[in-house]
Amino acid sequence: MENKENTEKKEKVPRQPMPEQDPMKRIYNFNEVPYGYTAELSITEAKRCIQCKKPSCIAGCPVDVKIPEFIQQIADGDFIGAARTLKETNALPAICGRVCPQEDQCEKVCVLGKKGEPVAIGRLERFAADYERESGNILIPEVAPPSGKKIAVVGAGPAGLTVAGDLIKLGHEVTIFEALHKSGGVLIYGIPEFRLPKEIVDAEVEYIEKLGVKIITDAVIGRLKTVDDLFAEGFHAVFLGVGAGAPVFMNIPGENLSGIYSANEYLTRSNLMKAYRFPEYDTPIACGKNVAVIGGGNVAMDSVRTALRLGADNAYIIYRRSETELPARAEEIHHAKEEGVQFKLLHNPIEYIGDENGWVRQIKCIRMELGEPDDSGRRRPIPVKGSEFTIDVDTVVVAIGTEANPVIPKTTQGLEVNKWGYIMANGETGETSREGVYAGGDIVTGSATVILAMGAGRKAANAIDAYVRSNKKS
Amino acid sequence: MVIEAPEIARKRKAGQFIVLMIDDKGERIPLTIVDSDNEKGTLTIIFQIVGKTTAQMAQMEKDDFFLHVLGPLGHPTEINNFGTAVCIGGGVGIGVAYPIAAALKETGNKVISIIGSRTKDILILEDDMRKVSDQLLVATDDGSYGFHGFVSAVLQNVIDSGEKIDIVFAIGPVPMMKVIANLTKPYGIKTIVSLNPVMVDATGMCGACRVSVGDKTKFACVDGPEFDGHEVDFNLLINRLRMYCNQEKQAMEKYKCECHGK
Repeated sequence: MENKENTEKKEKVPRQPMPEQDPMKRIYNFNEVPYGYTAELSITEAKRCIQCKKPSCIAGCPVDVKIPEFIQQIADGDFIGAARTLKETNALPAICGRVCPQEDQCEKVCVLGKKGEPVAIGRLERFAADYERESGNILIPEVAPPSGKKIAVVGAGPAGLTVAGDLIKLGHEVTIFEALHKSGGVLIYGIPEFRLPKEIVDAEVEYIEKLGVKIITDAVIGRLKTVDDLFAEGFHAVFLGVGAGAPVFMNIPGENLSGIYSANEYLTRSNLMKAYRFPEYDTPIACGKNVAVIGGGNVAMDSVRTALRLGADNAYIIYRRSETELPARAEEIHHAKEEGVQFKLLHNPIEYIGDENGWVRQIKCIRMELGEPDDSGRRRPIPVKGSEFTIDVDTVVVAIGTEANPVIPKTTQGLEVNKWGYIMANGETGETSREGVYAGGDIVTGSATVILAMGAGRKAANAIDAYVRSNKKS
Repeated sequence: MVIEAPEIARKRKAGQFIVLMIDDKGERIPLTIVDSDNEKGTLTIIFQIVGKTTAQMAQMEKDDFFLHVLGPLGHPTEINNFGTAVCIGGGVGIGVAYPIAAALKETGNKVISIIGSRTKDILILEDDMRKVSDQLLVATDDGSYGFHGFVSAVLQNVIDSGEKIDIVFAIGPVPMMKVIANLTKPYGIKTIVSLNPVMVDATGMCGACRVSVGDKTKFACVDGPEFDGHEVDFNLLINRLRMYCNQEKQAMEKYKCECHGK
């Protein structure tokens, strides 16, 4: 009864809107789109939380953030305290506050959402984490006494950073091996600056290093050394969080024409290599006037919004199903539309046509209609006969997903993969078919989200801790 | 250029490459490893000034360092006792042909090497190649040294002389590799080429380096860099290598201005 009264009383305060950069200004820069809540907005929003006795939001979070507790701290004005509560279970709150699909997780199950709008948990998480980082008052938690165990983590993305952060706090010696020249994985090469500023990723990586984790960049495991070499060097366990690194193409005619990129390449050039600041930075990128992005997920939205900022007059999303099936977050679709992205829905490319220099000039598309639901439960797109037409383009980005990079499975004995090449791992522990080798994130599940990779990292860290402590061999 | 990178030096095999980045604002460029010295922990690379990064590398001095060196990448060359192997190197491609010739010789092959360059002054590794070859043939485009003409004409002479060739390795400018592959095809001589398309991460993540081999798309960084020359679509490779021509010029101009300013 008490809860119900509270709901009615507090629901009068609406969910606080996020202040954002004007769409017509932001398409000319790479600065972050949402400015973030002010302290005042945060307190107002935090006070909307009714502090349920049995909160469902925590169960909605893959890393079990103590949501009501940190929100109460914000409501009380204890912002640093809130950040520390977050960090007890989430090593990367400033990142999760920005890129988690809260609408499908914690906010989806918020009691307030049943009648009105849920508490803006993600925005509050972002505020508390930003407040702590900007204050410089970052607490380095105490680390358990040394266990004498060494753990190798392969890949410095969301899964690997979480595993490393958890295991170092438990007293183990942790070394991360990263193939690229910078840590962060998809947070650095994939997600654009306007959605996740790189200084935030750098700060979170620095925090993990301050905890004592050693990070070795430019180290391709499988080439420089194998997983077996790591055990031979004295590591007691290995975690594989290498991501689903290989791009998927459609294998249609003309796909190798110049000007056609995988989303991985397009975003890596722009984000990791900073091609959007060419020639200050050396790496170039094609700044097309008519850019088509194939696909409808978050990566497609990131690519098409990058194209606008690189100076495209026309930026298209070409997606074979309808708006309802777009897999991207509602917020990303909303932002893309505000910025003038043109959605060509129920369209599918069937061929690329190039000029005499082998540069793409046109996409031949076919219209689609939706048939019966397929295995994924979504209505299957079927080509409409005779509906072919062309769109003029000079740059194309193929963003239809990724698949497993085979380097590690091919060079690691006894590591089982499924028919798509993903590593087989226990969903609760990350254990693989090889003793002492654990895996998590996209290399197990295929393309998913940052937070799911972190959740897998959390579970694997617990399992690795139990394994190395019980292991008599050392 | 000799680079200290002990772990890579220990692991690398003929045909593999590294990725270099000079500084924070630099690009990642792939370069094939020419030689390594396990004791000193060093790698040797040979490059030609083709753009801003290589121009910058040419200005580097002893004890300067690269911010990032990644490797060894790509599949090593498949070395067997084929019988008689012809190793062809054009320009800086001789640097890549050298470790292959050395490995072939060590495995017991009869090695005939053909090396060529535009003119005598820029011919590299002649003595090294001679040491690892049973026979060394030299060609220059301008006739200033050795045979007057292209390495392909020298290969044609070898074939015409009745020499039974079991395999050809051809490494050099794309047009050279294309001509060699076209030449050997009617004779059914297996021909391996080493491709150097544009790369970004060079670990199989981005697909910048896709090439068409036997009508299938391959990533040169993880599936190569060596492929069957008779199956490669060289015209596609030539087009894709030209993709950033304008930006490359722009970066070079900017670099030259900055250098003169100093």
